[in-house]
Order: sequence, then structure tokens, then C-alpha cells
Amino acid sequence: MSSPSALATVMWVIVPYLALAVFVLGHIWRYRYDRFGWTTRSSQIYESKLLRVGSPLFHYGIIFVFLGHVVGLGIPKSWTAAVGITDGMYHFMAITVGLGAAAATVGGLAILIYRRRTNARVFGATTKLDKLMYAMLAVTILAGVYSTIVESAIGHYDYREGISVWFRQFWAFQPDVGLMAAAPPGFQVHVFTAILLFALWPFTRLVHVFTVPLGFLTRPYIVYRSKDELRQPQRRGWEKIDF
Amino acid sequence: MRVMAQMAMVMNLDKCIGCHTCSVTCKQAWTNRKGTEYIWFNNVETRPGQGYPRGYEDQEKWKGGWALSSSGRLRLKDGGKLRKLARIFSNPKMPSIEDYYEPWTYEYDNLLKSPEQKHIPTAPPKSLLTGEQMDIQWSGNWDDDLGGTYANKDKDPMLKGIEDKVRLEFEDTFMFYLPRICEHCLNPSCVASCPSGAIYKREEDGIVLVDQERCRGWRMCVTGCPYKKIYFNHKTGKAEKCTFCYPRIENGEPTVCAETCVGRLRYIGLVLYDADQVTAAASTPDDKDLYEAQRDLILDPFDPEVMEAAEQEGIPYDWIMGAQKSPIYKLIKEYEVALPLHPEYRTMPMVWYIPPLSPVVDVVKDTGYDAEDSVNLFAAIEELRIPIEYLANLFTAGDVDIVSDVLRKMAAMRSYMRDINLGGDGDESIPHAVGMGAEEMEEMYRLLAIAKYDERYVIPPGHAEHAHDLEAIGSDCPLNFDGGPGMEDVPGLQGDGVKLAGPGDRSRLKGRVNLLNWDGRGRPDGLFPRPQGA
Repeated sequence: MSSPSALATVMWVIVPYLALAVFVLGHIWRYRYDRFGWTTRSSQIYESKLLRVGSPLFHYGIIFVFLGHVVGLGIPKSWTAAVGITDGMYHFMAITVGLGAAAATVGGLAILIYRRRTNARVFGATTKLDKLMYAMLAVTILAGVYSTIVESAIGHYDYREGISVWFRQFWAFQPDVGLMAAAPPGFQVHVFTAILLFALWPFTRLVHVFTVPLGFLTRPYIVYRSKDELRQPQRRGWEKIDF
Repeated sequence: MRVMAQMAMVMNLDKCIGCHTCSVTCKQAWTNRKGTEYIWFNNVETRPGQGYPRGYEDQEKWKGGWALSSSGRLRLKDGGKLRKLARIFSNPKMPSIEDYYEPWTYEYDNLLKSPEQKHIPTAPPKSLLTGEQMDIQWSGNWDDDLGGTYANKDKDPMLKGIEDKVRLEFEDTFMFYLPRICEHCLNPSCVASCPSGAIYKREEDGIVLVDQERCRGWRMCVTGCPYKKIYFNHKTGKAEKCTFCYPRIENGEPTVCAETCVGRLRYIGLVLYDADQVTAAASTPDDKDLYEAQRDLILDPFDPEVMEAAEQEGIPYDWIMGAQKSPIYKLIKEYEVALPLHPEYRTMPMVWYIPPLSPVVDVVKDTGYDAEDSVNLFAAIEELRIPIEYLANLFTAGDVDIVSDVLRKMAAMRSYMRDINLGGDGDESIPHAVGMGAEEMEEMYRLLAIAKYDERYVIPPGHAEHAHDLEAIGSDCPLNFDGGPGMEDVPGLQGDGVKLAGPGDRSRLKGRVNLLNWDGRGRPDGLFPRPQGA
């Protein structure tokens, strides 16, 4: 392995770990000191017709995109091969489900950005940080779609032997810079803007992702709370015993 | 039996003159901030009329409140938890700003900065959302005093089914005002709709509040509330609602809307209810039985069994006394003249209304008959089916008899007391005709007509011995805290984890006395700043 260039080390080692630190510490800081600001900042009250189409399209799309990334980045090629999934089958799944999810995400995003730009009320409620975040998100998503279609499906770059390996090494604190430096430019743009987006994440409305209200499904309908903190009901489970 | 206390309100609609003082003082106190321009925790509607937001009572459109499933189980009308989560990205049943109104201000600068010119400068309206000039089309009380009601008469959901019978011609029109705040329901559907669990009902007094730190702006509560009394603050991205002025209530003071009510038509007090029975009562099969089911939830505070159960639940003794003296209990349970707004939403609302007799009185007066005579009034109540049906649509899920009974009581009181005021002995047959005793009727008259401040508002304050738990600091021993006299730099001696937020550099404050923690005795070191240069 030739020694990587300084730029590659900055891009694929230093910046990613810095972004990770900002991402984690940023969320802890935000949750501790700005819980009041932790919201979706919904603009539905200003405009709902376009939102009704664009928002579910984008959100459901991006959830499937996320699941696709979990599979593509997280599961080594040898594992899927071991359970008898051939390359052909894998790529067929990735392209069909992936394209569907990508179309929904990009379509939804286009509607949402159009809505944000053309509706005066919604645009008036858009902060500079929102605009930066939207730009990063759009570049990341478009670069991802481009690289998947042009560089992977047509150009035959196998990200499962390149980027995915680097991704797993990243979490083991042993990233091989060469793997990323060798990736096609579209993938490099996709990954790098994603890394910058993660660093921006805790300071934007994207934090709402981490308070998905799944607890709603298990809690009783009516919530009672006491003024007196000490009178709060105990959590469910084993009774607490005071000796 | 699980006894809980509920702070409740009754409004006597006969006395409302529609002056909007309650709305204005409430707005000045609570919603005069950015993002809340369009929000009125208290609003006054002219009925018939569409209300605010427009047509909010049409639950086939808005899906607020609860409904019974085909198997008779109580469920949210807008659907269960999974259905709500699936639609979290765009809530299809949320009113948009047009359903309330687009808030605006005026270009006052035009007036102030106008150069000398031939024509008088104007201050055109501009939107508070976009800053652009706009045409004002609607507002929170655009159809005040029936303005525009004729053009929009088909849009009042409560006129459905009787619209052909109501002749909205001026001389035949009846009209009254309906002031509305959050109902602080016993079975609140906003609380049930909140995915984050941020909205809660306070155990002590039943006031429904939004935890601003837990709200994530998912907007399901706006749909869940059938009264549309939860609002979305479009600047903070969080839900806000009427707080029943809880900081005032905790001090034994009435809400701002009640305090400033010119007609003195609001009553505030406690009721005790059985929390275990709420769901069963809200699941009553027939809509028309809901009023009675709701009234039956309220427990008799004089019943020794209830008193004991209340004490076991930790309700303080003076609160039980408060429930016994409560004007609310008298109006709902003893005189049975107060009715809940839209019991058919099954949320068990706790702001009750005495329906107005004045539309009936006005009609009798216009015919030239004596409008203070009980016989004439009783006959008119029988005759005036349409106003009565309309009132029944609001207060009893359409049960006309209950509304008639209440109006007959009000008519009887009017006629009986006029007789006494004119020097008569009081014709006891009048109260008997509505099933009341003479003494009871005089008591009701006293409460409705001349009750003073302390009788209208029976609010036992939050407990003084708990006060310092609420404040957490200020009333505690200064030696419990960092920064108390002589307590600086002592590690591990922190009261209950409460620290004073100070500006950046705290080293400057070393050795200074924090006045919030100072017990007021002596002159500790550091009470005054060190002289310059020392």
C-alpha cells in the first residue's frame, strides 16, 4: 500500500473523526442545553397541499435509503455469499428497491425545496442554517444517486469491496485511506458531503430524527404528572425496594 | 374509587355582552409573542357563527375527540397510535393558517415618515408571516355580532339539519356569545394524541399543560383536540395552550379571563371526581346520555366516604373544604343548570356553560307580552324550538329536554325574584313548577346575580409547605447551596441539584453573597462589592 496523500488523510481520516466527535458531543450538548429548541419546526400550518405529497414521499424514501445503507455498508460481502445470495441477486435487489427509494426521496426533496422556495410564508420561516442544510442534503443525495447509477451499476465499481470496507474499518479505528482515495469521484463527493452533513446535524432541525416517538405505542393514552417531582409514578418493571 | 381534584369553570352565558375583554387580557398575558400572533387561548364567538378556527365543530371534517368503535370501545376519532405515527410526516387533518386567519399589522411607518403631501398617507395592512401587503379576508372574530353570518350561514356546523328552519332574517335572529378557553378535559384527547407524551394532566388540579421541553412539534394534538384549543407556535415549532393561568391558580387567584370579566359571568372552583370511572363514562353508548354520565363522575364532597377516599389520595383537607364550597359543584350538581360544551366529543370537558335565556326573553318582549312572567316564558320555551335545538346541539348532543329544563329554571328564577323585588311574598308555585324549593331558588339567584368575588372564585391555593419545592430555590436555607454565605468552594454540599445560572465568568463573583439565597439576617462578608482596587 502506497502512503496516502496528505489531502486524502485529511478527507478520509481527520475530517470523519472530527465530524463523529461533533455529531456525538453536539447532540449531547443540544439535548442538555437546548431541549426547548429540539423540534421538527414543522411548516405545515403555512402550507399543507404540497407538504402532503412531498413530506411522506421524502421521509418514507429516506427511511428505505437508510435501511439500504445499513445492508450495503454494514454487511460484508462474505456474509451474504455465505447464506447463498449471489452477486446478481444482491445487485438486482439493490437496484430495484434502491431505485424506488431513491426516486421517492429525490422526488420528495424536489417538491419540498420547491415549496420552501415558492411559498412566501415558508420561505420567510427559513433560516440560513436551513438553507445550508438543504444544500448539503441535496448534494449528498444527488451525488449518491449519480454514483450508484453511473459509477456502480454502469461503471462496475463494487462499493462493497471499497467504501463498505473502509466504513467498517472506520468504526474499528483502522481506516484504510487508500480504499476511499481509490473510489470514483461521485462516491467521494457523496461520502464527503455526508460527513459534513453529520457534523452539521446536531445544530439543525435534523435532530428530530433522534426523538422518533416510538414510546407512544406502549404508553397509556392519558398522561398524569404531579407538580411534585417526588410523586412521579415509578416506571414499570420490578418494584423498587428501599432498605 | 380514585378521587382526584379538578379545577373547573362555569360561564353564565346570559351575562356575556361580547366585549372581548377576556380575550384581550388573556392575549396580553400569554400570547403577545412572535409565533403566537394568531393564537387566542381565550376567544369569544358569536353564535350562530363559524367560530374560531372556522367550522372547528365539524368533527367529520377535523376528526377531533373520541368516538366509539363498532365494538363499543373508546378510540381516538382520528385513528389509533399506529395510524397516527404512520401519518406523522404530514398530518392531513391539521387546520392551516387560513382556517384561523393570517395575522397582520399595519405599515405605521408610512404615517410617521410621510413627507408633506397633498393626500393623507395611509397605513396599509401587511402580513406578519411574509411582511408583504395583504388584503384582510378573515380574522378570529370576523363574524362578530353576526357580521357576515348570512353569507356564511351554511358554514356553521351546528346549524346542520335545522338550517332550513332557522330564518336568518334580522328581525327573527337570535344571537348570543360563547367565550371559550381550553376545557381541561377529564379525558383529554390532545393528551392521548401526543406522540411524545409532552402533554399531561396535572394530578393535583387537573390542569392540562404542554411540557415545552418534551414537545417535538408532531402536531397530532392540534387534530386530537375537538375544540381546537391547542395551537402550533410557528416560530418555536411547539404546541401551546391555555394554562388555566396556573401560576395564578396556585396562589389562589382566578384566571386572567375570569378576573377581568366585565359581566362577572365566570365561576371557578374545585370538583372531586372518580378517575377510575372516566373511561367508562366516556364510553357511554348513546351521545345523549353523555351529559348525565359526565355529571355523575363528579362526586359529592360532603359524602364521608368520598372525603375519606380523597384524604387517602393525598388531597389536602382545605382542598376538600374548597370542593364543598365550590360554586361549580352547586351549579352542576345541585341546581343542574350548567352544561358541558359538546359532551358528544367524549372528552369530558370541564368548562361548563349556563345556556342563555335572553334569546327567549327578547322574543317574548318583542311580541308585547310580559317577558318577566314565568307562564309566558315557559310557553315561549315550548314554542321556540329552533333556538332550543341549536343550544341542544351545543350543550347536550341534541337532547332538547335537558336544555328546556335549564331554561325553565332560569325563567322561573327571573319571574320569582321579580315578584319579590317588587315587594311580593314570592309565589312558591313558580320554583315548584321547575322542581326547586323557594329557598334553593333564592340561593341560586344569589350565586348567579350578586355573588361577590370570594363566592365566585373558591380557589384553595397550592400548598405553602410545597411552595419551596416548586421554586426549588429562594425559600430554602442558604447553607444548602453553593455560593451561600461562607459556603463557597465547599464541594459536595449542593441542595437538590439546583444551580443558579450565571453569566460566563463566575470567578468575579467568588465570595459575593447571592441575594436569592441570603436569609436577610446580619451583614455577611461579601454582601457589598469590594472597593475598587482592593
